[in-house]
Amino acid sequence: MLHTFVALVEDKTGLLARVTSLFRRLNVNIISLTVGGTETVGVSRTTIVAEAAEDRAPRIMASLYKLEGVLDVDDVGRHSAVIRELAMLKIAANQNTRSDLFQLAEVFRARIVDLAPESMMMEITGSASKIEGLVQILVQGNYRILEMARTGRMAMRRGHHASSVLEALGDTTPRVDPKTFSKVLRHEAPDLFEDEHHA
Amino acid sequence: MDKRKKITDTHRNSPDTAIYTQPTPLTGAETVWATLVGEGVRDVFGYPGGAILPVYDALRKFPIRHILVRHEQGASHMADGYARASGRVGVAMATSGPGATNLVTGIATAMLDSIPMVCITGQVSSKVLGTDAFQEVDITGITLPITKHNFLVRRTEDIAPALREAFRIAQSGRPGPVLVDITKDAQQNTAVFDFAAAAPQPYRPHPMLSADSTSIREALELLRTAKRPVILAGQGILHSGAMEQVRALAERTQIPVACTLLGLTAFPASHPLNLGMMGMHGESWVNHAIQQADLLIACGMRFDDRVTGSLSTYAPNAKKIHIEIDPAEINKNVHVDVGLIGDLKEILETLLPRLPGRDGTAWLHAISAMKGDASVHDIQQLPDNGHLYAAHVINDIWRVTNGNAIVVTDVGQHQMWEAQYYKHDSPRSLITSGGLGTMGFALPAAIGAKIACPEKEVWVIAGDGGFQMTSPELATIVQEQLKINIAIVNNGYLGMVRQWQETFYEKNYECTPLISPDFVKLADAHGIRGTHVNRRADVISTVETARQNPGAFLIDFHVEQEDSVYPMIAPGAALHEMIRRPKHNPLVETATEE
Repeated sequence: MLHTFVALVEDKTGLLARVTSLFRRLNVNIISLTVGGTETVGVSRTTIVAEAAEDRAPRIMASLYKLEGVLDVDDVGRHSAVIRELAMLKIAANQNTRSDLFQLAEVFRARIVDLAPESMMMEITGSASKIEGLVQILVQGNYRILEMARTGRMAMRRGHHASSVLEALGDTTPRVDPKTFSKVLRHEAPDLFEDEHHA
Repeated sequence: MDKRKKITDTHRNSPDTAIYTQPTPLTGAETVWATLVGEGVRDVFGYPGGAILPVYDALRKFPIRHILVRHEQGASHMADGYARASGRVGVAMATSGPGATNLVTGIATAMLDSIPMVCITGQVSSKVLGTDAFQEVDITGITLPITKHNFLVRRTEDIAPALREAFRIAQSGRPGPVLVDITKDAQQNTAVFDFAAAAPQPYRPHPMLSADSTSIREALELLRTAKRPVILAGQGILHSGAMEQVRALAERTQIPVACTLLGLTAFPASHPLNLGMMGMHGESWVNHAIQQADLLIACGMRFDDRVTGSLSTYAPNAKKIHIEIDPAEINKNVHVDVGLIGDLKEILETLLPRLPGRDGTAWLHAISAMKGDASVHDIQQLPDNGHLYAAHVINDIWRVTNGNAIVVTDVGQHQMWEAQYYKHDSPRSLITSGGLGTMGFALPAAIGAKIACPEKEVWVIAGDGGFQMTSPELATIVQEQLKINIAIVNNGYLGMVRQWQETFYEKNYECTPLISPDFVKLADAHGIRGTHVNRRADVISTVETARQNPGAFLIDFHVEQEDSVYPMIAPGAALHEMIRRPKHNPLVETATEE
């Protein structure tokens, strides 16, 4: 199954290599990886989507946590979370096909962000399944996708939760169930491909 | 010799202790030593070279003993042996490029066995980093997966904080090796040295590192109701210093103890509750006890494939309690019913007062009955049939040394025979490469152990194959004037590989017969006394001669060439499916193929 891990890491040279090297060492394939800033200076947020058996998640999390410079790890797939991905698609289009594509964009709540005589560019945000839905329609409609760029998933738990960073700012809500490690947990993870409605 | 006279410790100056109380400008090279001294380091194993020369030049100002090795692999194994013997952090030092890469096998050995170690390497100047400069290699990249953490230090002011953090990381939680790579310009430049300000962040235990009360209660319940429990003792007991607590647990509850290879010294061999070593070459009753158990209490061990055999058939009827400091080990190989994550000693101290005594007689009797004729009879009682067996050699070394020596083994058949026939009663008295199985480990690791514990008797037990991998370190023994006794179990084969070829490859002895130099002459060339032994009758007297000899002594034991280690579990077979000793072997018991 696909796991979505969020790791807060120190923003230091080489830390990303440590994180990715760990997945290589554990023989776990990374499906997508995004890294960016957080609310705290010097802390980066890494979202890793990886393919692994369900019961391997606790060990992957514990191994991530063992890395020096990793401040916090969360398996957001096990909790109610908002998961988004952004994709940009450059599609071959002339004046005859343009209007159909405008309609498609409307349906998928994508935005046209560039228009050229022979092509147009769409930007779409949403769950992976929504993006894949758009791609499927385009391919089946014989549109030519000239280029596609996807960010990979970003994820954030719903509601009021504490990361260790927030904790340092005075939020003490416990966020990790100690039993996750002392027991084999088999809860049903929500299907990540269920469309999260784009508000 | 005089011209090359080593600057001895007494020639070295002690630094002004004021540098630790008030910030002082020091060169990066001086900072390295000042930080090491501040961390309590007294001995460093290393080999100089261009990119680490500034550090070596500053050594004379500091009270540190430097042991010049003959190959950097020796330096990392020595630091490792030093740490295993003493529990203190071992320190190895090398130059950039090949010096650094030669450390790698020793670093991986320490990583697999969780040994606290700090390796310091020189690196080319920061100006030319990344240009493939002479002797430049990306050693932090190379060692990334085999260190607990590593640092590339480019600025003088970062040296002390990086080194201090390296010591903190190496020792905290589950220990491991840390590498600090320091560019040459960082060593040469000057910065203010402030030891206190360079103190590392305190150890931040994993948020799960507190055994919660529910798990404790569940563990107690399992302990109370178990009929056939077995304690599995691993090296974590030594790391945690929980020898007394484990003993108390075993004695109060009358639960027998089975040890892993690295856990052999964590529980006294002579203790009536000690069953012996488990796993691939463990005695049959130990493995049967585990397979029949209804509760396993795993203390500081990681269910390695060499102790479990096939996982699907491992201890099928047993509930499992796993007490372990590394959360990543819980449920890794074996699914456990209760995982208690944290320091073993603390957890046992929580459990013990709440644990009632129990009567374990029935189960202990059942295990005793399993020994039957399978128990290894005292091999000294067997008549001398003209053959010299490795087991005789090792058992005699045990007798003559009263079991009080630190024994450092290499990897292979002799390692398993040592585990079977040398009975260790004191903690840290067996030093061996378990996880990585590094041949060539014994001689350098023994040097490290002797430097760490100069008052202890140290024996190397190595095979003829592994010994040749690092034998140049004989010169280090002479230069450092160390009293180390060396027993080579010489069977003219890469014995363990030969045994596998015999068992699994139809006796196709491809590339396992090997020619060795005359080890006694080799020792003699180094100025080390030695002798050959071919007869069982000569073993005890020669071992005695070696002990009495004031300097190092090497004994080349020519043992039976095609002897094998039994019992043996084929890879992938179940723990109870042992290949037992065949009948023709006079050492043994009646064979029953299971």
